[in-house]
Amino acid sequence: MKKTYKIEVDCANCANKMELAANKTEGVKEATVNFMALKMKVEFEEGAEPQTVMEEVRKNCKKVEDDCEIYL
Amino acid sequence: MNRKQKHTLIRIIISAVLLIALCFVHLSRPVMCVLYLIPYLVIGYDILKKAGKGIINRQPLDENLLMAIATIGAMVLAVCRTGDFTEAVAVMLFYQIGELFQSCAVGRSRRNIGELMDIRPDCANIEGPDGIEQVDPDEVEIGTVILVQPGEKVPIDGIVEDGNASMDTSALTGESVPRSVRPGDEVISGSIDMNGVLRIRTTREFEESTASKILDLVENASSRKSRSENFISRFARVYTPAVVIGAVLLALVPPLVQMAMPGMSAEWGEWIYRALTFLVISCPCALVISIPLSFFAGIGGASREGILVKGSNFLEALSAVDTVVMDKTGTLTKGVFEVTGVYPRQGLTQDELLQMAARAEMYSSHPVALALRGAAGDAAETGSVEDVEEIAGHGVRASVDGKTVCAGNMKMMKLAGAEGITDAPAGAEGLPCTPEEAGTRIHVSADGRYAGCIVISDVIKETSAEAVSKLRAAGVKRLIMLTGDAKAAAEAVAEQLGITEVFSELLPGDKVEKVESLSGGAGTDGKSGTGEGPEKKGGSRKGKLAFVGDGINDAPVLSRADVGIAMGALGSDAAIEAADVVLMDDNPVKIAKAIRISGKCMRIVRENIVFAIGIKVLCLLLCALGLVGMWAAIFADVGVMVLAVLNAIRTLFVKNL
Repeated sequence: MKKTYKIEVDCANCANKMELAANKTEGVKEATVNFMALKMKVEFEEGAEPQTVMEEVRKNCKKVEDDCEIYL
Repeated sequence: MNRKQKHTLIRIIISAVLLIALCFVHLSRPVMCVLYLIPYLVIGYDILKKAGKGIINRQPLDENLLMAIATIGAMVLAVCRTGDFTEAVAVMLFYQIGELFQSCAVGRSRRNIGELMDIRPDCANIEGPDGIEQVDPDEVEIGTVILVQPGEKVPIDGIVEDGNASMDTSALTGESVPRSVRPGDEVISGSIDMNGVLRIRTTREFEESTASKILDLVENASSRKSRSENFISRFARVYTPAVVIGAVLLALVPPLVQMAMPGMSAEWGEWIYRALTFLVISCPCALVISIPLSFFAGIGGASREGILVKGSNFLEALSAVDTVVMDKTGTLTKGVFEVTGVYPRQGLTQDELLQMAARAEMYSSHPVALALRGAAGDAAETGSVEDVEEIAGHGVRASVDGKTVCAGNMKMMKLAGAEGITDAPAGAEGLPCTPEEAGTRIHVSADGRYAGCIVISDVIKETSAEAVSKLRAAGVKRLIMLTGDAKAAAEAVAEQLGITEVFSELLPGDKVEKVESLSGGAGTDGKSGTGEGPEKKGGSRKGKLAFVGDGINDAPVLSRADVGIAMGALGSDAAIEAADVVLMDDNPVKIAKAIRISGKCMRIVRENIVFAIGIKVLCLLLCALGLVGMWAAIFADVGVMVLAVLNAIRTLFVKNL
């Protein structure tokens, strides 16, 4: 399953860091962050619950870049 | 400017004013230190906070930490050595100004592109029981009749039920000539009704409509990253640690060497200062921001011209295209048959022959019949036509104004027993000329006597020749035309357009094979003769192959080519799915334009990479040699970033390419 989320982040490098963090999160098959469109596209693993996975993604992203937001 | 940016601006102003004011205050060093801490914290508290959090979360070094280390270091140096507190504050100040500029520039280009792609409709008008109702286009079901007033955007794809209007489709296709629509015509969402009230029966849901699809495509385009973008991400990851190691070495090695040398004292302060400057310069922002921004602007600018590029990676591939394979029908030709030659026997006029044939084909829906009727005009509608008989594989026989008229191929003529014709038309008796032009020949006989021949062929688009020459000018080395048509017809078209390589009489499956062999083996292909070594065998050549088709029947070929370009794709979902680049209208000149846009974009990307890395390396060197101070360093850093961003925005302007 694929879902797109709106994000808020200030710099392109931070967006890269968010992408890395999201990809390392359990339940995420592939995540791409589009800095220019301020969107994060997440493909979930089979059977993963998007809501809980995304909470985790947000936590991990906050860890690498304090000043970011993912609108779930 | 949003709230965050305004907030930063206010902090910049306060801290700058305080900094200037403090220049006129002269007190003892500890007091000065405390006073300077005020503007320093005003401008830098968030960076210090982020740096702290980064350490707590065990994150690798980032620019916040670098800035924090550098400025705190400068403060410490000022306390124990120079007494110059201005430096730390100024560095932080410049850094923030740079960040603010970058954030504004990015926001601005986001909005710019948003405006360019302003095809998202806000509402749909529905005629309800009590007058016109405005509803969310999302809620409109298929088959609903919607009302579009002059000046409004069509919200959903549909068919005109009632009304005439000129439609401005420039936001979709880049084509400035308005298209006029009548009842029964299809209209696509995103086009603007210029002058008439239209009632449109919707044929799709809003989500499936052209405007929604295009927006979705463009917004998602930059998610597919190009090699350059990935390179920069990887570069930034190794670059920062490398610079930090460099800075540590710079701070430690030279003083230790000095200590080891007899008669020299270690200048710890000087080298630590240089190491800190080194850190200030190191921030990779200019690179990291300018590359995706360039691609984003390039894709946005191209979509304004009716060229939808599905990803940065395809823009990159497009710029490396040196072989363009084109389908004939629908790409270089209109895909519609037209009468291109009328050759009556002696004693008949061209018009008489045409009228005769058109009347005989009066009731047929065959493309040939349509072409004949189209050429004959309204006059063909008059007169009596009876006993129409279609003979499969031969043609048609009918009684026109009392005469038995047969129209069809040579077999038909034999069947009709037409006199005065032989199998070899050249020099045949009664045949006034020898039509050598390519195309389908329709022979006509009247009451058993040969009347002449009409040539019908697919018409070359007016812009095809221009497209070919522009493609060559854009650096395409090989132009190849593929077609399922007969050899003679194909070669005639190719010759007219100046295309030298033609593969004709191909079945759809053959086209896939051809494209595969062209893209894989072209390097070792004797014909290309580029002298590439045998080690390049197996398709790892540098130049890319683009296939251009009209999106009908050639989806497999589109997906097999390095870059699949579908044209005239408005409303054709299959083509939009299969292609990497979608040309909204069917003008082949746009192929060359797409290549030039990609070329410009890649040139700017390369400029930015070379420029930003070059200046960085230069500054790092100068700093290591002690030729520049922290001030100059931060100035160079912010300056490079500003220039790189401005350069990136240049990609947006593609109108005159």
